[in-house]
Amino acid sequence: MSASAVIFYMLAFFILATGLLAVTSRKIFRSAIWLLFSLTGIAGLYFWLQMEFIAAVQIVVYVGGIVVLIIFSIFLTQQSGKDLPAPARGRPVVSALLVCAGFVLTRLLLGHYAFRPSGHSVAGAGAGAGNMGANASVGNIGAQLLSTSEHGYVLPFEVISILLLAAMIGCIAISIKIKPEDK
Amino acid sequence: MSQVPLSHILIVSTALFFIGMYGLFTRRNMITMLMSVELILNSVNINFVAFNKYLYPAQLEGVFFTLFIIAIAAAEAAVAIAIFINLYRNFHSIDVEGTGEMKF
Repeated sequence: MSASAVIFYMLAFFILATGLLAVTSRKIFRSAIWLLFSLTGIAGLYFWLQMEFIAAVQIVVYVGGIVVLIIFSIFLTQQSGKDLPAPARGRPVVSALLVCAGFVLTRLLLGHYAFRPSGHSVAGAGAGAGNMGANASVGNIGAQLLSTSEHGYVLPFEVISILLLAAMIGCIAISIKIKPEDK
Repeated sequence: MSQVPLSHILIVSTALFFIGMYGLFTRRNMITMLMSVELILNSVNINFVAFNKYLYPAQLEGVFFTLFIIAIAAAEAAVAIAIFINLYRNFHSIDVEGTGEMKF
């Protein structure tokens, strides 16, 4: 087993263990911190896949944005030292059984399907992975994201920017405090 | 990277998806349910990047889908937390069972 494979299995164990702790921890603040570790592990997985730009976006948006937002909302809405109430009796057992059944089913389906590289890469997976380095550069991603030619993504890009604007205005409209009428 | 088969990465993302599902089933607090949703979205992102890297190494479509999913997840988290804070103001609780009555 090479060093790269060892790094992958360590990353996978880290992601899954911290993810499991994030959904089972009784203290909500610890749960948020475990989620932060899990998301950082996923960013490490993107680095391992040599997708540096996605890893950077993952760290900036998830670790720097969403987890901080979640921690802020925890402090705004409840006492972080208090334990969460235990789930109803029997619910964890039933959920664990359902989830394990789903995982086993998906695992069997994955085992039945042989994933092959697309026909475009002539020399197979090894050579295809070799010429990937220059392709996923930030400049390439940016040029294709804003190009209007056949494989350009300028329309989804603009739609996403409208969506983000709408979400920002919506957040302000939802959480604004309505002044009392008698003022 | 080529020593690890694609199916192992898919197994990791499947396990992460079902961990998120477990959290969604057992948790009753809205913030922890939002965390489970984030885990599920991340497992989907891992799938997109791994498929792009292993099966279509000459293209970049998986990268764009991952970027768009991350942007939508950020917008979704922001709106969800605005709703939680508004709910907490009105009900003093963000348990899904504590908010049985909703106006409008």
